[in-house]
Amino acid sequence: MNTEILGIIAMFVITLLLALPLGKYIARVYNGDQTLLDPIFNPLERLFFKISGINPYQEWSWQKNMIALLAINFVWFLLGMFILMNMSWLPLNPDHNPSQSAHLAFNTTISFLVNCNLQHYSGESGVSYLGQLYLMFLQFASAATGMAAAVTLFRALRKGTHKTLGNFFNDYLRSCTRILLPLSFIMSILLMFSGTPMTLEGKQQMISLQGDTTQVSTGPVAAFVAIKHLGTNGGGFFGANSAHPLENPTYFTNMLEMIAQMLIPFAMVFAFGYFIQRKKLSWVIFGVMTFGFLALAIPNVIMESQGNPIITQMGINNELGNMEGKEIRIGAPASGYWSIATTVISTGSVNSMHDSFMPLSGMNQLLAMMTNSFFGGVGVGILNYFIFIILAVFISGLMVGRTPEFLGKKIEAREMKIAMIIALLHPFLILAGTAMASSFPLYTASTLNNPGFHGFSEMLYEYTSSAANNGSGFEGLGDNTPWWNISTGFVLIFGRFLPIIGPVAIAGILGAKKYIPESVGTLQTDTATFGFMTLAVIVILAALAFFPVLTLGPIAEFFSIH
Amino acid sequence: MKSQNKSLFQKELVSEALKQSFVKLNPKVMFRNPVMFTVWVGTVIMLAVCIWILTGEKSQGFLSYNFVVFLVLFLTLLFANFAEAIAEARGKAQANSLRKTREETPAKKAEWIEGKLVNKNQTIPSSLLQKGDFFICEAGDIIPTDGEIVEGLATIDESAITGESAPVIRESGGDKSSVTGGTKVLSDKIIVKVTTEPGESFLDKMIALVEGASRQKTPNEIALTILLAGFTLIFIIVCITLKPFSDYANAPITIAAFIALFVCLIPTTIGGLLSAIGIAGMDRALRANVITKSGKAVETAGDIDVLLLDKTGTITIGNRKATHFFPAIGIDEKQFISRAVLSSMADNTPEGKSIIELSGMNPKLLEVHNSQFIKFTAETRSSGINLEDGSKIRKGAADAIKQLHEKTGGVFPQEITRQVEDISRNGGTPLVVYESLLQKSIVLGVIELQDIIKPGIQERFERLRKMGIKTVMVTGDNPLTAKYIAEKAGVDDFIAEAKPEDKMNYIKKEQAAGRLVAMMGDGTNDAPALAQADVGVAMNSGTQAAKEAGNMVDLDNDPTKLIEIVEIGKQLLMTRGTLTTFSIANDVAKYFAIIPALFIAAIPALQALNIMQLQSPESAILSAIIFNAIIIPLLIPLALKGVAYKPIGASALLRRNLFIYGLGGIIIPFIGIKLIDILVSQFI
Repeated sequence: MNTEILGIIAMFVITLLLALPLGKYIARVYNGDQTLLDPIFNPLERLFFKISGINPYQEWSWQKNMIALLAINFVWFLLGMFILMNMSWLPLNPDHNPSQSAHLAFNTTISFLVNCNLQHYSGESGVSYLGQLYLMFLQFASAATGMAAAVTLFRALRKGTHKTLGNFFNDYLRSCTRILLPLSFIMSILLMFSGTPMTLEGKQQMISLQGDTTQVSTGPVAAFVAIKHLGTNGGGFFGANSAHPLENPTYFTNMLEMIAQMLIPFAMVFAFGYFIQRKKLSWVIFGVMTFGFLALAIPNVIMESQGNPIITQMGINNELGNMEGKEIRIGAPASGYWSIATTVISTGSVNSMHDSFMPLSGMNQLLAMMTNSFFGGVGVGILNYFIFIILAVFISGLMVGRTPEFLGKKIEAREMKIAMIIALLHPFLILAGTAMASSFPLYTASTLNNPGFHGFSEMLYEYTSSAANNGSGFEGLGDNTPWWNISTGFVLIFGRFLPIIGPVAIAGILGAKKYIPESVGTLQTDTATFGFMTLAVIVILAALAFFPVLTLGPIAEFFSIH
Repeated sequence: MKSQNKSLFQKELVSEALKQSFVKLNPKVMFRNPVMFTVWVGTVIMLAVCIWILTGEKSQGFLSYNFVVFLVLFLTLLFANFAEAIAEARGKAQANSLRKTREETPAKKAEWIEGKLVNKNQTIPSSLLQKGDFFICEAGDIIPTDGEIVEGLATIDESAITGESAPVIRESGGDKSSVTGGTKVLSDKIIVKVTTEPGESFLDKMIALVEGASRQKTPNEIALTILLAGFTLIFIIVCITLKPFSDYANAPITIAAFIALFVCLIPTTIGGLLSAIGIAGMDRALRANVITKSGKAVETAGDIDVLLLDKTGTITIGNRKATHFFPAIGIDEKQFISRAVLSSMADNTPEGKSIIELSGMNPKLLEVHNSQFIKFTAETRSSGINLEDGSKIRKGAADAIKQLHEKTGGVFPQEITRQVEDISRNGGTPLVVYESLLQKSIVLGVIELQDIIKPGIQERFERLRKMGIKTVMVTGDNPLTAKYIAEKAGVDDFIAEAKPEDKMNYIKKEQAAGRLVAMMGDGTNDAPALAQADVGVAMNSGTQAAKEAGNMVDLDNDPTKLIEIVEIGKQLLMTRGTLTTFSIANDVAKYFAIIPALFIAAIPALQALNIMQLQSPESAILSAIIFNAIIIPLLIPLALKGVAYKPIGASALLRRNLFIYGLGGIIIPFIGIKLIDILVSQFI
């Protein structure tokens, strides 16, 4: 078999093999069980909690946990605005990079805070090392936010009735100290040995093969790139993200980064099963997510490997596939695979230019973000998927003649209302944002890289990426303008916090309800049939909401080149 | 009364429903249903567009095309209204036929005169009877309204209500004191107290529910309405944002196309049929001769986890019968039998009669003089006879007789103890007969009484088990007997030696574990349990208290009716679920019809998306909305009859319904729209 394809299969299988024990470990962490890292971090955590006056053993309601989540995120936002707008005079700025404008700082802080990392700037020239270090911190903080929110949901869905769902700050801190930090540590070391820089010194001068003298940006890249993937953040140290030779030097680091970004989203699904003691359910969820992922990834690998038919017609050798905007050390198939991994998972880091993909590959990337629930971002992926479970449970419950219930809790009008609002929100943000952008060509037309269908896709991609908190872009778009910074900034906030609060609220309401034991008449949710039902709901909802808009973008583009 | 309405669409009902379909176009009425209300708004806009074109506007295409779009939308509204109206009309007709019999029946009103209730030859129409009034009925009278017998006993023909021709006995006091309006007194005379205000009987309440005035949405209906409203909102967003997108792509869209796309996408099929499904559920209950006090009760019935059933009359036929005589060692069988017969002579219970029947003796031939009959009491738990010579014959429960026997110094024979245990273990009830004379007593033998399990009941319980419902038998029998019958009948659990509060406790216990409980009852002492149960079905023959406490009344007094009620509840939910799936699945084909039609002029490459090869953009749009309209009346029969429930397990049922209504919902409109397009293109 083609080695490139083998490489892809290896990436998937290794991720799965690592995710299984990690899932079990994550469940242990949130259960409060002992871990090997206790001797190192327990005293540290006690100190933090003592200073901040928080009793980590006091359990809170879902409402209080969510208030804590919003409060801590707001603090990080203010701090981020301050640092990014004052970088020029703050320390750790050897390259003398300027401070960011208010609207760019707003967009940057928000997008790192919400795990999106849209990056309307280039890392080499747009931020100081202090800025980079703070953004790196936000990558931990945002991943931990998602994980702690997911755990609040896990706690609500255990057997029995639950009014209090753990302590947010405790889960938040433990996510960092027991999961993200140790994994990032290992990964950074591996990256450093592969050639990724790790320094606080400024630009380095070197002489290129042609004999020119050039200034090469470096910095604390290895540490940054590790959490960028493990936390499914995707914010690159350099502007070119993981296509940059120092950020992703070899095929090995490409595999490493690929595995790292999918690892925790996989593991969270298994952690869910271990935590609520329904392993079969987590396998069904994993199955559906994998199916959705592969249904998008496999066509992309094929389409990118085949290349552009117009180039073939011109008589140019197209054997390497569609190589425009791709790195030769990575190749077309691995880039195609990555392009879907990074979009289903809301990482948004790129190792190739998504703008240059084949039309339908671009559509698949869009679809991956439009569904936003095949694995999804750290923690939040399973929250998004939960909304679809609720909708699927409701419809299929009716179809078998029983008031719908999930894990022994009845789904009633209130939960449906929240689920419907959250399900509506995503298409609303994407369509309304794109509609505004296409209604005001005054602000947007000059920023587009291409006219026609592809330019339309660029706008659509930008809002889809924002609403899905993904962060990748059709990089043709010149997006550092007040229009894009502010409009996507708000889409980011809504697309992040409402889809966290909504599912947690539903789970919280369900958790407080009476537990109904299962009977033969109960619809089992850990079966392939129900998995198929959830998949159908996800696919149908995405198709219904986005078919017209995709027709005018990638589909029209596809038919016009075939 | 049963199965009168063979056809779904009777002539007079249809004409009434047609009238109502127009009346319901009132926006205030339409507003109750968000999905159809948006269609209403779309129709009004299309009317405005037609007028706009008449005033000379050129950008919206031909008037004829726009007018046809308007017409089809208008028909969509009428079809949806018709679905609701026909369901209402059927329900009303059913309820009316029950009510008709009792209106304007002459009532002999009784007044208190010198402490007695007397009728002074005063006859008034039943509609003037107030709650608390009294009336008198004699043989041949039709009972004017619902009430409770305060004096007397009568045989009553209830066939007008139940369809059962055998007359029943109703008497004052006890659990069979209730009479229903419209039934006929065959013999004797009763004085009845009116228990309902005119216009407030259960039937009146049910008619009001069906008519919609007081019909409240059930919890599941509300949740489903939210889901449908959500889908409608998504499509509002999709259609509104399509305007800037199409402008950007230089592919202008006409108003007619916008509205056609919107109406096709929103779930009009289920939106139009939703209330019809709910009404049809209550109507189906009524057809099964069950009056429900709310739509919610029917819906809850579908969720029932535990079913409490009385043994007698439900699981077993009526009462126990004597099946064997077992004389004690040393006792002549004939002597034993004659003693048994003597002890049962005054025993009017069915058990007592069955003993005489089994003996084949005529008790009158036994010469008995100056004897004294001893009635059964709960304390002695035995009955019998004291003969002239001073000998006392008693028959009763083994331990009661044992006590009596041992009091006189006798030793209870071992083989009798063994026999008693054997009978109990086999589900029988042992009655021990003994005789005492002076200070000596002797145990004569044991009579075995057996329950007879109703034929076919095992299959019904098996069906319930497959539905996931646990059946519980309630009986006054001892645990051994109860266990035997429970096993033989196939029930999952039993409450033996049950007292009324045991039922209550059992219900509370199950509810505390999160289960929904249904029970059936008739007596006043059942009332608290009926109220506590999630679905409480009172028998029509039961007391007023029981009927007030339950949330359904079964006119047939048939204890196995609960099984039907559960199925009706499940059907109700399933019909909603499957039609929702069907409605949403239809959108796939409609997209493939309309989206290419919208953009083909500006982006010819999109012809490749026109996979149905529809003739022209206009014919494609018309075909889609025509399909969308006519699918509603085509599905009315399904909405009224309900989707068939099969107890094959939840997952299998989901697969089956997903296959039929999900996959079917995707494929059918492709075929339908293509066929309509072939027809429509003949006229364009």
